[in-house]
Amino acid sequence: MPLDLSVPASLVTALLPDLIVMGGAMALLLWGVWRPEGASGRPVGVGAIGVCLAALAAIAGMAVQGITAGPGPIAIDNFRWATDAVILVGTILSIALADDYGRRAEPVAVESHALTLLAASGMMLLAGARDLILVFLGIEVMSVAVYVLAGINRRSARSAEAALKYFLLGAFSTAFLLYGVALVYGATGATNLTAIGSALAASPPGPGSMAVIGLALMLVGFAFKVAAAPFHMWTPDVYDGAPTPFTAFMAAAVKAAAFASFARVFMEGFGPVFVRWHSVLWWLAALTMVLGNLIALSQRNLKRMLAYSSIAHAGYLLVALVTNTTEGAAAMVFYLFAYTLATVGAFAVVMALAEGAERPQDVREWSGLFSVRPLLAIAMAVFMLALLGFPLAGGMGFFAKWYLLQAALKAPAPQTRLAVLLVITSVISAGYYLYVIMVMFMRPRPADAAPFPDTPAWTRSVIVGAAVLLLALGLYPSPIVRWARSSSLQPTTATGVPSTPEALRITAR
Amino acid sequence: MVRAYFPLLLLFGFVALNAGLILAIGALTVRSRPTPVKSQPYESGIAPLGDARERFSVKFYMVAMLFIIFDIETVFMIPWGVAFRQLSCAVALTPAGCPAGQVSFFGLSEMLVFIGILLVGFAYVWKKGALQWD
Repeated sequence: MPLDLSVPASLVTALLPDLIVMGGAMALLLWGVWRPEGASGRPVGVGAIGVCLAALAAIAGMAVQGITAGPGPIAIDNFRWATDAVILVGTILSIALADDYGRRAEPVAVESHALTLLAASGMMLLAGARDLILVFLGIEVMSVAVYVLAGINRRSARSAEAALKYFLLGAFSTAFLLYGVALVYGATGATNLTAIGSALAASPPGPGSMAVIGLALMLVGFAFKVAAAPFHMWTPDVYDGAPTPFTAFMAAAVKAAAFASFARVFMEGFGPVFVRWHSVLWWLAALTMVLGNLIALSQRNLKRMLAYSSIAHAGYLLVALVTNTTEGAAAMVFYLFAYTLATVGAFAVVMALAEGAERPQDVREWSGLFSVRPLLAIAMAVFMLALLGFPLAGGMGFFAKWYLLQAALKAPAPQTRLAVLLVITSVISAGYYLYVIMVMFMRPRPADAAPFPDTPAWTRSVIVGAAVLLLALGLYPSPIVRWARSSSLQPTTATGVPSTPEALRITAR
Repeated sequence: MVRAYFPLLLLFGFVALNAGLILAIGALTVRSRPTPVKSQPYESGIAPLGDARERFSVKFYMVAMLFIIFDIETVFMIPWGVAFRQLSCAVALTPAGCPAGQVSFFGLSEMLVFIGILLVGFAYVWKKGALQWD
């Protein structure tokens, strides 16, 4: 059923899942503030998860009905539904963690649930935006809510530091993005991605310098949001200082949304000038993989280690983007799903083992964890192996890397060197992922070690659920593979765009 | 196209020249004889009572922030008001107005949604006590 997006009523239909989340966030905000003082926050948490489930149902309904639309401002395709689903799964898991966090550490206000939902609505808008103005709107709705979430722990100086750093640098990067949008509009006369694509494809000698500078500035904005080196400096400080549930939210959902929009803007809008951004993204991916993994090796603070690990994963995901193919986009969706489960799970274990207040946790404090908390140790081992991409015990993680490599090698311009680099840096990453497992399983528990706190019910379900899903889908990945494959994002190509590596190398000069 | 900006360049040049000239004349001709009275921020009026860099209540920031939100609301309503006649018509406006049967509630409903979202925020800050001074 095709929708005519110039009619306001069809636009409302197209934005239905986003509107459910936005409306739910506002309703929860009012409900949260009207409830009696000191009441338990759990009903609000249940409500927030319910809103996410309703949005998921709307997405499933629209995907099943096969609703399509022309090249309007909002994309209605499987890529949007797939990334929305990844975002919502990450959001649900973080809300569950945040609820437990609020009950045992410093009270996190009910507002955090509403803010998480608002951020999720911005992410969903971002994932579906086919217009640069909407991309900007989505990024802002997402970021402003996440800045507040990073600093929601008002009594913690580290949380405030994280929020301020994130806010200042995030605003700075958004300015880059916006300036890029302005220049691209100046060069092509359009903000719609299809119109930009055809305008760029139509100019015979290639895009002018204004379009290329705009492209570069937008690249900086996106690279900041996905935490790609050399725009990653904020990541460890912010991830370390922010309350752990929201760190998980940032590492999973924010990254997924930013990557979805990154892929859509570059493949659909700037696909015809692939040769212009190919080598820049190539170096960005290579640098991010190498830097993220090497620095993570020397980290002993768990949250900082996971932060650098998330930078490294941004590098792997950039490889999918460099391919500029439908397969690359599908591999990215699959990878994002596996990565979301594994990284949220890992942060959930970190949260479960932190006593009350937030403080930096050293890996070595987990010595002998297996002897006191076998279940948590096993789950953490699954998450680490999934992030490493280990077969079988790592569940989906192995297939995620496998599809990424396959997409890189089978692209019209095969990224052989990047694929080799991906494998080498993955081997390097074993140095810190396996170290955590070694500490948990092989080191004895010191006799004078403080006991670990009990794991709250929701955190336990998040950990168990993520681990079981990772393992089950690792044994039987075909439904997710089919789902990711169907989420094809069609890159816009121009006639005469070189697709062989030789031609790429020549024109890129 | 670039030539059209030439007057702007002239303006920049004139401003820079003028500012430099005033400063230069001052530096060359004025003899400086400061007295405590002359060094005060204001040469006339009441004598200052203390340092201007005082701490003041954070409540002022709250009021200023809330003011900006509703200020921005007005900023958005003015262009909407200008375009309202066109927004209320499903087809292009004719000199006589909107053709019969083409009146649409698009413009009105858009603004109502916008105000509704702001009202949610307003209800929240009110209930939260942000409008209470004490």
